[in-house]
Amino acid sequence: MTEPLLKVRGLKIGATIYPPGERPRDIEIVHGVDFDLDGGKVLGLIGESGAGKSTIGLAAMAYGRGGVEIIGGEVWVNGRDVLKTRIGDVRRLRGGEVTYVSQSAAASFNPAKKIMEQVTEAAILQGKFSKKDAEARAIELFRKLGLPDPENIGNRYPHQVSGGQLQRCMTALALCPEPDLVVFDEPTTALDVTTQIDVLAAIKEAIRDTGVAALYITHDLAVVAQVSDHIMVLQQGSMVEYGTTDQIINNPQEEYTQALVSVRSIKHEEKKPTDNPLLKVEHITARYRGTDFDVLKDVNVELHPGQTLAIVGESGSGKSTLARVITGLLPPSDGTITFDSRTLTPDLPTRNLEDLRELQMIYQMADTAMNPRQTVGTIIGRPLEFYFNLRGKAKQERIQELLDEIELGDGFQDRYPAELSGGQKQRVCIARALAAKPKLIICDEVTSALDPLVADGILKLLLKLQKIEDVSYLFITHDLATVKAIADSIAVMYQGAVVRYGPKSQVLAPPFDDYTDLLLSSVPEMKLGWLEEVLEHRKMESAGN
Amino acid sequence: MHPILKLIAQRVALGIMLLFAASILIFAGTMMLPGDVAQQILGQSATPESLANLRRELGLNEPPVSRYFSWLGGFLTGDLGTALTNGRDIAESLGSRLSNTLFLAFWAAVISVPLAIFLGLLAVRYKDRWPDKLISAVTLTTISIPEFMIGYVLIYWISIQLGWFSSVAIINDGMSLWQKLNAIAIPVMVLTLVVLAHMMRMTRAAILNVMQSAYIETAELKGMRMLSIIRKHAFPNAIAPIVNVVMLNLAYLVVGVVVVEVVFAYPGMGQYLVDHVSKRDVPVVQACGLIFAAVYIGLNLIADIVSILANPRLRHPK
Repeated sequence: MTEPLLKVRGLKIGATIYPPGERPRDIEIVHGVDFDLDGGKVLGLIGESGAGKSTIGLAAMAYGRGGVEIIGGEVWVNGRDVLKTRIGDVRRLRGGEVTYVSQSAAASFNPAKKIMEQVTEAAILQGKFSKKDAEARAIELFRKLGLPDPENIGNRYPHQVSGGQLQRCMTALALCPEPDLVVFDEPTTALDVTTQIDVLAAIKEAIRDTGVAALYITHDLAVVAQVSDHIMVLQQGSMVEYGTTDQIINNPQEEYTQALVSVRSIKHEEKKPTDNPLLKVEHITARYRGTDFDVLKDVNVELHPGQTLAIVGESGSGKSTLARVITGLLPPSDGTITFDSRTLTPDLPTRNLEDLRELQMIYQMADTAMNPRQTVGTIIGRPLEFYFNLRGKAKQERIQELLDEIELGDGFQDRYPAELSGGQKQRVCIARALAAKPKLIICDEVTSALDPLVADGILKLLLKLQKIEDVSYLFITHDLATVKAIADSIAVMYQGAVVRYGPKSQVLAPPFDDYTDLLLSSVPEMKLGWLEEVLEHRKMESAGN
Repeated sequence: MHPILKLIAQRVALGIMLLFAASILIFAGTMMLPGDVAQQILGQSATPESLANLRRELGLNEPPVSRYFSWLGGFLTGDLGTALTNGRDIAESLGSRLSNTLFLAFWAAVISVPLAIFLGLLAVRYKDRWPDKLISAVTLTTISIPEFMIGYVLIYWISIQLGWFSSVAIINDGMSLWQKLNAIAIPVMVLTLVVLAHMMRMTRAAILNVMQSAYIETAELKGMRMLSIIRKHAFPNAIAPIVNVVMLNLAYLVVGVVVVEVVFAYPGMGQYLVDHVSKRDVPVVQACGLIFAAVYIGLNLIADIVSILANPRLRHPK
């Protein structure tokens, strides 16, 4: 039997954590993981944040990020244990035999150097190619990855190409030294779906053409199903299940894997519009100060009481700007906003307390939306004091009531945000918004930073609260699966304009406009061969035109 | 026009305006002093007639605005007027002083700037280990000790005990470069020790800040050595803050070396200025003030321009 390219045995990884108000202590974050990877094969590592998947990926390069340390086990690459080799040999391993593609190419490229220099650096340093050959190979890779103007794109600086292009350049960087193994760490997670599909296809083709082996790390099972031969499911630093991609997707054995596969199974019956909308956005046009183009162009939408309007769009489509206009943070240059049958003044300082109370907001990053030095009780209690003048025992009781409503229960009042998990933090933010007894809550990408299962929990909670409190949601998201799960009506935004708007059943049913079609068909589906199907379909369509 | 040229032109224009404002301030400031030049030349016992005569002769009866412009005009054409105390042409005596000061500052900079940046890089490479701590401790100590104290200590050890260099730094045109360098060796050492800490610590802080970036991890995962990562990937992104503090220290080397000049009896600008301030020689003080302002503004202007040029987003717009 031949030796596998990568052999991991009993890998244990530790880190030092600094809990607030306590002494730093060492914890174990990966508890003995074993796996093999043969040359030319792709293994998907899947799990939620904190599952240790990136940490395991970097361990294949004998690297620990930040305070992370490999504390036990063996990592064999090409027949030698890299944890026991000298640092000089480790340096030859990194960038030579094993290379890395990170989540954010924008941050991983040095802004002060040309792309070509960075792409070829490792190959030249490791003595694999001369400068001339490395550059020729880079151009070949640029071409293979579908980058525009492959001959010259290397002469640009990172800020001069788009995010999706830079992610492809990062892949070229990893493939340039002809490594045996590439660690892809969430390479498409930061991209818009319509960009993701192209980058994913480019990566898949490059893996196949170069015959390189890969560790493909992601939290998105639908994505990994498109590229990997085997999948390993991780949960909190331990392996849950390992199998072929086909088996994991179509026949998951473990309960946790089954939950991951069947995530986003929320069913929500669409409600019919009423006669009297709660929020009417009419002819809103807006631009930021000091710029000369409109970020919102004649936007018209309505939201009915007790319902959810989803605003869908990719980055830069203007969806968050619309939220800023409705809240009064950015006065529009034209148009009116009618809320509860009264016209809202365009800018925040002129709105009265009642306007402020009835219109609350929840943000994407629960972390930064809370004061880290305040307890959960103080955070939720503040709107109670501010809007209802509640004090003492009455306030305490109401806080507890709200905590029960968001399913957190006893013992949370005195905790600090740093002691909560991501999902718990977002729940506290929801409670804070609810405390004001609003009629409308603007939810700006509230589940985007959360793991799928946690996000599911939040969506279920929001739907439950809507039933109890009869509150309306303006739900801003780039994630179509979320939209399907909770919306009553949908507005699709593209470059500042609403391109499609109506009840969910209409918006998501054909015939589609071009953009909505592109958007919908780009959302990865949890089945094998989906990527090829979509690409084939698109090829035929463009040939037909 | 390339946007970067526009930015630089703006900076230069701003610098000139600032210098103009500084000249007004200097002129107005000296005007506010009690008594006038005629009074100071002739002394307390002067008769009103002779005062009036001299005032007319010096043009002091003109309104302040026109006097300001004739002063500024003279300055721009190289005519700084004559010193009251010895009647000598200011431009002439100032010229040799200024070149002496620049000579000293130049050699101090040539040694201190590369040394500070090198030590800063070294401190980053061995962060929190003994080389870092040693570098920090030594440079902080030298910046904390008053410069005249360092001067005297160095004179004692190097000049007197070891007998290597001269303790007085008098130079003149007849000396060869080697002789001059020998003469200023100890003052250069003192100045280096004084300015080293600032620049070294800013280099260390700026690079450490950059070392947190994801692209440093990328470089590590390419298998690069720490020192070449710092040199190739971190340093180019830390230039702007480093240049700023370097320029401030260069300005100090030109403008703030009075004490060192006095300690070593060095014939530079500082000593010249102090001499004439104590004698209330207003034209000299004005001339020195404007030259110092020009040095400060000029060096900071260079720092700004280097910062602009160091930013790839400005250098290569989309």
